[in-house]
Amino acid sequence: MNGAAFIVISILTLAAALAAATLRKLMHAALSFAVAFVGIAAFFFLLGAEFVGLALVFIYIGAVAVLIVFTILLTRRDIEKDRGFNWSGVIIAVAVFCGLTWAILKTASLSIVAPHIRALTVKRIGEALMTSYVWPLQCIGLLLTAALIGALVLVMEEKR
Amino acid sequence: MTPTLQIFLIVSAALFSIGLLAALSRRHAIFILIGIEMMLAAANLNFIAFWRFAPKPHQPPVGVMLALFSIAISAAEAAVGLAMVIVAYRHYRTTNVDQLDQLKG
Amino acid sequence: MSKSIDQVFPNAKQWLLSWLAGSPSWAIQVVSILTNIFALLAVFLTLFALISVLERKILARIQNRYGPNRVGPFGLFQPIADGIKMLIKEDIVPARADKIVHFLAPVLIAATAILTLGVIPYGRNMTPFTIDGGILFFFAVGSATELAVFMAGWGSNNKFSMLGAMRAIAQMFSYELPLIITVLPVVMVVGSLTPDRIVAAQAEYTFGLVPRWFVFTPWGAAAFILFFVSGLVESNRTPFDVPEGESEIVAGHMTEYSGFKYATFFMAEYIGMFAISGLGVTLFLGGWHAPARVLEIIPSYVWFFVKLSVLLFVYIWVRGTLPRTRIDQIMNVAWKFMLPMAFTCIIAAAVWHYAGRGLRGWLWSLLVIVIVYTALSILLDTRRKFAQRVYRFAE
Repeated sequence: MNGAAFIVISILTLAAALAAATLRKLMHAALSFAVAFVGIAAFFFLLGAEFVGLALVFIYIGAVAVLIVFTILLTRRDIEKDRGFNWSGVIIAVAVFCGLTWAILKTASLSIVAPHIRALTVKRIGEALMTSYVWPLQCIGLLLTAALIGALVLVMEEKR
Repeated sequence: MTPTLQIFLIVSAALFSIGLLAALSRRHAIFILIGIEMMLAAANLNFIAFWRFAPKPHQPPVGVMLALFSIAISAAEAAVGLAMVIVAYRHYRTTNVDQLDQLKG
Repeated sequence: MSKSIDQVFPNAKQWLLSWLAGSPSWAIQVVSILTNIFALLAVFLTLFALISVLERKILARIQNRYGPNRVGPFGLFQPIADGIKMLIKEDIVPARADKIVHFLAPVLIAATAILTLGVIPYGRNMTPFTIDGGILFFFAVGSATELAVFMAGWGSNNKFSMLGAMRAIAQMFSYELPLIITVLPVVMVVGSLTPDRIVAAQAEYTFGLVPRWFVFTPWGAAAFILFFVSGLVESNRTPFDVPEGESEIVAGHMTEYSGFKYATFFMAEYIGMFAISGLGVTLFLGGWHAPARVLEIIPSYVWFFVKLSVLLFVYIWVRGTLPRTRIDQIMNVAWKFMLPMAFTCIIAAAVWHYAGRGLRGWLWSLLVIVIVYTALSILLDTRRKFAQRVYRFAE
């Protein structure tokens, strides 16, 4: 695993995530959200789970980001900026980050390097999905159908 | 410098706290949803990092499966959440969560 | 001898890399990747220039006139003139436009279009980047195009652009579903998402004459037609160019772009067309395989580009022949017809596989497709929705 690549990707991801969390202008924040997910997908590629990384790009950037952008368009009344920022959120977030980092650094068993594993092919994921994980797969299908129908019913305007 | 598991976990903790920041301090409903999505993504990163650094490889790859299902669930939740934001906007004509307080005692 | 002509490009690259025999491995990797990228860009930008003038000439011949024929022999140097014109035009950015988003939109759209070119096998051993989930990479990167189109529309601060962008996105994501679902039967039958394996699975010839391409199976033919039409829509080509219809919405999301940025949009659209046609050739038309075993002396990349050219010619032909469809007609066709037919292709492919892959399987899957098609055409009958045509003449 490449150290230089890791540093570049982590800087990109954290910067884009911070931009998405703090930018005033709505559209810029939504687009930096998409960039942050490109960074997370790059992390997945670095860790050897390419299928998950590609699925992330497909789902988040291809669909969720477009949904978010459309919703921003449909729910604005000539305000382009997010008014109001609650500073207590910053304190809580920093506190949570410090707590988590302390816990991670304290655990000695976590400072290990990546062992060599077999490359994870799509074939293995497919086999696992169809044999050990077939029940969760069917449940996810039902869940997605329910979410689709639910979202449509919620947004549909009633016919007069 | 090869990154150890600790460094991955710290990055994922940073991402999680940035998502928490977005969810707690933003006043626009959609950005709270964005914060939630980022927190879920940080958790997915954790899953995959633990799968990768496990001393003995599992068969089937549990961490990867969990991350895949988590992505699917978060997409469904984003869709429904955004639909609700649109409906709330239609009714209240605002997306500022400070003003969506009709049930306040 | 024909083998060495076939492998001339991989051998040339190996010879080039042998000059760096002593360098560290990361340097060799970087040079190898850069060679692939430059070769890809050189070939496809030349093809883009050629197609832009050929399209105008073919459209012109369909419309019974000559195309551009002044610049160079038969007008083939027209792209140079076009390029110079685009480069020296003034770059106008609207005053209240969002500068960063306005600038990044054409960059992103061109970047995603060129990235998708990297996973298509152009010849034997000539895939620029072999990724295990190559087909998924293609669609994942291609779906980022919608976001770029939206950025273009929103960043221009112009109601026409916004409307055009929203229409474009509605059209693009409703046709992404048929596009991806028609690819599923092929992936299912081959058992792999890697384009190289999909091409290798179409390598046999029945009786040494008829190739075993997937387009010659009933589910493959139906899936290919649906894939081709969805590709037309994804690239915003006539008859589906509502987002850029000049008579309706000026230029849609590209209204506020001038000069080089417009050329980038133009290039991205054509390269998207090449990528989708290349993928169609890989998945359904046998990739770089020859149509008959005797014709295998002709190199593999020649066959790929011949098939690609045939598909591009059909794109241009369709553009010159059919009128533009309305946006609600486009959406109706996507959700009510193409999606059920795409699902039928998956079922037909499964039937073909389980009834043995020979004649019996062929006939059974044909039956499945014909039944569903007739059922759909009866259910979606639109004949009675048109009123009686009334002719009124000026008195």
